Amino acid sequence: MNTEFEELYQQIILDHSKRPRNFGPLEDPAAVHVEGDNPSCGDEIQLHVKFGAAGEIEDIKFTGVGCAISQASASLMTLKLKGKPRSEAEGMLKAFSDLITKEEEEAPRMLGDLRLLRGVRRFPQRVKCAMLAWRAFEQALMGSPGAETISTE
Amino acid sequence: MTSTTSQPSETFRSDFPILSQEVNGHPLIYFDNAATTQKPRAVLDALMRYYERDNANVHRGIHTLSSRATEAFENARDKVCRYLGARSPNEIIFTRGTTEAVNLVANAWGGTFLKAGDVILLTEMEHHSNLVPWQLVAQRTGARLRFIPVTQSGELDLEKIDTLLNTEVKLMSLTHISNFLGTINPVKELCAKARLVGAVSMVDAAQSAGHMPLDVKEIGCDFLAFSGHKMCAPTGIGVLYGREEVLESTPPWQGGGEMILSVRYENSTYKGAPAKFEAGTPNIAGTIALGAAIDYIQTIGRESIRVHDEGLALSAFAKIANLPHYRPLGPSKSRGGLVSFVHDSIHPHDLTAFCDQKGLALRGGHHCNQPLMRKFGFPSTSRASFYLYNTEAEVDRMIDILEQANHFFK
Repeated sequence: MNTEFEELYQQIILDHSKRPRNFGPLEDPAAVHVEGDNPSCGDEIQLHVKFGAAGEIEDIKFTGVGCAISQASASLMTLKLKGKPRSEAEGMLKAFSDLITKEEEEAPRMLGDLRLLRGVRRFPQRVKCAMLAWRAFEQALMGSPGAETISTE
Repeated sequence: MTSTTSQPSETFRSDFPILSQEVNGHPLIYFDNAATTQKPRAVLDALMRYYERDNANVHRGIHTLSSRATEAFENARDKVCRYLGARSPNEIIFTRGTTEAVNLVANAWGGTFLKAGDVILLTEMEHHSNLVPWQLVAQRTGARLRFIPVTQSGELDLEKIDTLLNTEVKLMSLTHISNFLGTINPVKELCAKARLVGAVSMVDAAQSAGHMPLDVKEIGCDFLAFSGHKMCAPTGIGVLYGREEVLESTPPWQGGGEMILSVRYENSTYKGAPAKFEAGTPNIAGTIALGAAIDYIQTIGRESIRVHDEGLALSAFAKIANLPHYRPLGPSKSRGGLVSFVHDSIHPHDLTAFCDQKGLALRGGHHCNQPLMRKFGFPSTSRASFYLYNTEAEVDRMIDILEQANHFFK
């Protein structure tokens, strides 16, 4: 098996896709809910974010169906973002997008386990899968309590 | 089964230059033929010959190259006419593909003859290209869409057909072979029923035209559409067959050069079919290459291809059904040359990416059948689709790869 492919589907990614963390609804009237989809392949995510008084990510959960890459990316994202100040979360969104799309980017330490997804850059057709949860988060940053929708197309 | 399935593939495989390559270090197994087929040398040569020798615009020049191009172009129309069993080459309209052919009928015929309250009868297993054009014309005319349901086993539920196909129906359009389930629909019986209630009928032959014998007189349809690229020809060329009387009463769709008799500033008069529906310079090279593709297919014989493709599909269906965690979809008996399947935990995108690493080209996705996939509860499936150059050994290799995926993703 090709080593790039094995890097893409390494054990920890498969583990997150099968046992996603922070998976489930977030029933809080103050939460922002974003419905995201990837129309070309049918991946779907419902991202639920509760921002704290200072704008920090107080709680973040998701539900949805999709490929291993989209599910693992969402799971790893929620672990990383939970409790982070808004500005730091925005920085991570930018850093993660660069990580999986830009050839020369060094993987910033602050991304932690999310760096495992850098193998996606070798499979351009899978970038959308890895970005789905993050596009939903980007929308949540702009949203107000209630429902929003985004699409990767 | 093995003796019939191995016949065309072994002999004709070497006619397809693209097949003799490795992908990701493995011999290419091309099982995405329902999306597009590969092209034999004879078709590639026809394209090159046209551009190297005969390239000129058709139907308008006096010079030698224009005459040659026109002759080759119209010769291809004659070939399509014979291929479909049409009564006259005037019943053959060249389009960009099946999608454009359906849009032509929806706009030119539907836009003229459909009124508020009329019913357009489709089935639940239509490709988006035989659904969305009808939605658009229904919105414009006030016509209503009605659907023949699909059973859990993937066949048309015809129990209530006489209620569904009543005199409210002005047009019925359905697929011959489902590109998602492989189901072969009883188009002849349904077109006969449509005729009884005075409805115009259309058949989407995208998945059948290159895979089985086909005769429009026998089917008894008013319109039939297919794409060249799904039967050895290049992309960008397709055919709309229309029964002569129906074409006569249908106004032009697109206006422009080629389709007119006489043009004044205020108005114009038009040629008859097929020119009436072929505005602008056509895809000349593609049309000539479609003629070459038809010649190629005819030398093998469509009945041989049908037996071969169905043999591979039935064999793949049975072998996938025996694999742990996999489930093939659609009819298990008579079917077109393709099998869609699902895995109980591996997502089709991950599975098809894994197969690609082994040189196996499968399709993973919604196959332009979103409403039916939603009804069945699958966001997407994997699909293996076969053609005359595929072999039983390749099916066995696929089964081996699918088994390896069970271990890789465990």
